[in-house]
Amino acid sequence: MSLKIYELNEEFKNIVPQEIVALQENATWGNPKRGVMDLPVAKELLEEHSLCAGCPEAAALRYILASLPNPEDTIIVNSTGCTSLMFPHIALHTVHSLFGNQNSVATGIKRTLEWRFPDKVKDVVVLAGDGATVDIGLDYTLQSFFRQEKITTICFDNEVYANTGGQESGLTPKGHVFKMAPKGKQFEKVPMWQLAIDSGCHYVARLTVSSPKRVEKVIKEAIYVAREVGPTYVHLYTPCILEIGLNSDDGLDEMRSRDKERFKFFEYKTPEAEEVIAKYKEEGLL
Amino acid sequence: MAKLGPAQYSPYPVAVYEGVLNPPPGKALLFNDIVDEETAMREAAKAMLTRENATIFPGPQVLYAWNEEAKKKAKLIKEMAEVLNAKIIPMYDYRPKYPKIDPDIEINPNHPNLTIWHNKIKACIFIGVHCHYANVALKIIRSETDCFTIAMCSMAGHEDAMITVRDQHSEDLEKFIEIAKEVKKELGLA
Repeated sequence: MSLKIYELNEEFKNIVPQEIVALQENATWGNPKRGVMDLPVAKELLEEHSLCAGCPEAAALRYILASLPNPEDTIIVNSTGCTSLMFPHIALHTVHSLFGNQNSVATGIKRTLEWRFPDKVKDVVVLAGDGATVDIGLDYTLQSFFRQEKITTICFDNEVYANTGGQESGLTPKGHVFKMAPKGKQFEKVPMWQLAIDSGCHYVARLTVSSPKRVEKVIKEAIYVAREVGPTYVHLYTPCILEIGLNSDDGLDEMRSRDKERFKFFEYKTPEAEEVIAKYKEEGLL
Repeated sequence: MAKLGPAQYSPYPVAVYEGVLNPPPGKALLFNDIVDEETAMREAAKAMLTRENATIFPGPQVLYAWNEEAKKKAKLIKEMAEVLNAKIIPMYDYRPKYPKIDPDIEINPNHPNLTIWHNKIKACIFIGVHCHYANVALKIIRSETDCFTIAMCSMAGHEDAMITVRDQHSEDLEKFIEIAKEVKKELGLA
């Protein structure tokens, strides 16, 4: 992929909508120091989205897209779920996989890109919900960790199958009642971050998206480590405000309150990952 | 009530179901017939010059300056629009627009009929649209509108367009512009 695919021919600049011209002129391409602080001033890579008003998942995606160190050479693989409503709207290459298949598809893409462009850095990032990562796609997700695939896996954990009416997922905490889980969840929340560590991930983080700067730091570290060492996993709490009965302006408060309990910031790095992070810090990229 | 087609989307079958196939290399498709490229180009120019609100829909392959050929084609498409007195409405990407498109200034392959209906376009040229999306858009336009569609494809063509010229590169666009100028003169429009 070349940055030139965002460069409009002069002849057509006056007939193309302003947001497309802005994507060429005012988006942060080719700058690994880009980050969430660019959000108010630069053109975002997400033009619009069709999620519910106030959905924390939308905020998470905006922070992630703003934090990608190499967006022009990043391929995003996503899966079925609320997130699949957003991906058609972003100005990057995205591949929608079958439900749960995302890490297998990402593996194929990463290996092919390494073979096809051996001299270029190409990041492959998986973005999927809790159903795709932990229930339907758990096997594929863990197998990609076992194989030490150099991909970053990001799980948007809203603790429920939200857009199908509120069924419990593996990541629903024990006892939670949803519309389609009236008796309450019978077993504990799957500790996916721990499974990721045990399965060989070199960088694992668990957090809410209440702090954009922290999300940026985590995403960048995860991508840099995946690029050079092996699989990385980021677990983000993005509550479904509708399914837990909150108003559209309550998402941030909900995340802040969980920051202190089950989504308290947690980070794990292998010594190899520490080395990579220290190297990028020295270069001023973190 | 009309019976739904095999894909259950539209009562009107796509061209392939009516036995219409893409032209072989060096030839063009005019409705159901395989004809010489020049004949098809003359008919295309005539349709664009005589039908209401003729419009060119350039796709990403010519809108963006990603190689020298694309830059050359952009200049030629501008010239083509002048010769044909046609409007240009871009198909700059294939993302679905939310909550809705602005049909005055854009066309989207997922619902191209909206732009065609809104602007009352009776003839159009698709150029530089990636084949898989041109196929979708042309099928919708064919079944849902009375627009005369012309596909100038750099690959194998599109059987759902009323006229398909294939393997079109910048030298072929130059040829088409010359033919359009001649047709314009013949019709007394120059």
